Amino acid sequence: MLVWSKPWRIATWAVAVPLFLIIYGLPIGVIVLASFSGQWNDILPSNMTLVHYSKAFRSDSFDALKASLLTGVIASGAALVCGTWAALALRNFKTMPKRVLDLLFFIPSAVPSVSVGLALLVAFSQPPFLLNGTTWIVLIAHFVLISAFTYGNVTAGLARIPVDCEQVAESLGARPFYRLRRVTLPLLLPYLVAAFSLSFALSMGELGATVMIYPPGWVTLPVRIFALSDRGAIFDAATMATILGVGTLIVLAILSKVSNRAAVR
Amino acid sequence: MAEAAIAAAPAPRLRVDSLWIAPPLLILAVLFFYPLGLIVRASFGEDAPSLATFEQVLMSSRFLDGLYHTIVIAVSATAGCLVLGFILSLIIAFVPFPGAKMAGRLIDTVIALPTFLVTLAFTFIYGSAGLLNETLMHVFSLDLPPIDFLYSQWGVILAEMTVYTPFIMRPLLATFSTIDQAQIEVASSLGARPLRIVRQIILPASLPALVAGGSLCLLLTVNEFGIVLFIGAKDVITLPLLIYSKAIQEFDYTTACVIAVVNVVLSLGLYSLYRLAIAHFGGRRAGLV
Repeated sequence: MLVWSKPWRIATWAVAVPLFLIIYGLPIGVIVLASFSGQWNDILPSNMTLVHYSKAFRSDSFDALKASLLTGVIASGAALVCGTWAALALRNFKTMPKRVLDLLFFIPSAVPSVSVGLALLVAFSQPPFLLNGTTWIVLIAHFVLISAFTYGNVTAGLARIPVDCEQVAESLGARPFYRLRRVTLPLLLPYLVAAFSLSFALSMGELGATVMIYPPGWVTLPVRIFALSDRGAIFDAATMATILGVGTLIVLAILSKVSNRAAVR
Repeated sequence: MAEAAIAAAPAPRLRVDSLWIAPPLLILAVLFFYPLGLIVRASFGEDAPSLATFEQVLMSSRFLDGLYHTIVIAVSATAGCLVLGFILSLIIAFVPFPGAKMAGRLIDTVIALPTFLVTLAFTFIYGSAGLLNETLMHVFSLDLPPIDFLYSQWGVILAEMTVYTPFIMRPLLATFSTIDQAQIEVASSLGARPLRIVRQIILPASLPALVAGGSLCLLLTVNEFGIVLFIGAKDVITLPLLIYSKAIQEFDYTTACVIAVVNVVLSLGLYSLYRLAIAHFGGRRAGLV
């Protein structure tokens, strides 16, 4: 407790709570409110409607939702496998090469997403890899951008799991693959779920690289929201944004439940 | 001889084990380092490598303007995040109010959501026909919207502050939870006023978290794209937005590549700063591990 006198404490709250609500509560509130409004010419919207939601689950917008979910799941899954593999393999290395390789796996997180998009556009529009205009290039972009985060999460997890379990398994004669499958990976499971959640959230919100490379048939949710808001359809944009936000949070909540249960076991 | 044989025995096994790193490394090389290398090559021009394009682009007023805006926005937003994040964390940790836990959860939610959502929300709140302007026009019976900052760099700075303050607060709150409450209680029972406690106990203890969080914030704000794109102000062009408009709207890939190289070098520099900050203070003390 920093402020002891009651009037001062109440004064602090009187400033802090509204400030907090204006900065973080209000933006979320208005987007949700706008997603239900038919008209907003006054201080508050004049009539409420569900028409934007019924539009959201039809045609282009629904395709965008599907594209985003699929991209998120596939790219996060691939990044999880690759990141876990790299983190496990790096345990065999000594200090110096380990530090260099570690840095290499972290670098994609430090490069701006628009530049990653441009680089992929340049690289995969020419032989030997002609992927421009396909769904693959979007999946690759998302994979590259989130791979460092999954790698980082799994590495942090590996540093925290108890070493003795693995050593006991080894001394009891468990083969490396058996040990990995029955000891290391189960111990690592909460961190794997956390890594997947983070990558999924990042992928769902990715805009910078996607906007550079998306083919007409694979428009993700953020790109769709930008197109809608650019066109002036801000209520539809708010609806899609609400769906994006709520959808991401629901998936994260489910995954965190799974992770907690795994941790308890 | 026997000794040498024993000493040499584990070596081949180690080498085979280290081969496991090859597949992920190969994937990273093909999907990330190869494309990155190509934009570096493309930035030197199509035919014979020359620095001509580089010079031309780096001297152009659009690039300099973009660089200026990028730096001004990133530095102001980061400074704002540090101040706001420090104050909010201080209140959540040391003057806990009913619902402080909810506030903490709200911050985690903001981190998980895409950045451009805030810009969209700002249009409804601070836009010319937004909540604030409509209210002010009603109350003071004005004909024109009085508040007009959203479509300038101030709008971008405010949006980035909202989005990135949680990145400062997370390590700060972790650090604050390690400060011994007794230390603060003793100090205040000896007559130290809250401001003095903050200056002499809390601020020094939270310096690692502030440096690490601040450098991460700087990196993220330099590379921010969604917020600037959504605000769409004509005279607020940052480097990422310039790359996008050169490549996608003008099909000028060489110029885009030059700017991308500058942008990548800039952010790798900031990333090294961030790694150095963590290495210097230790990840645990910075509350980041």
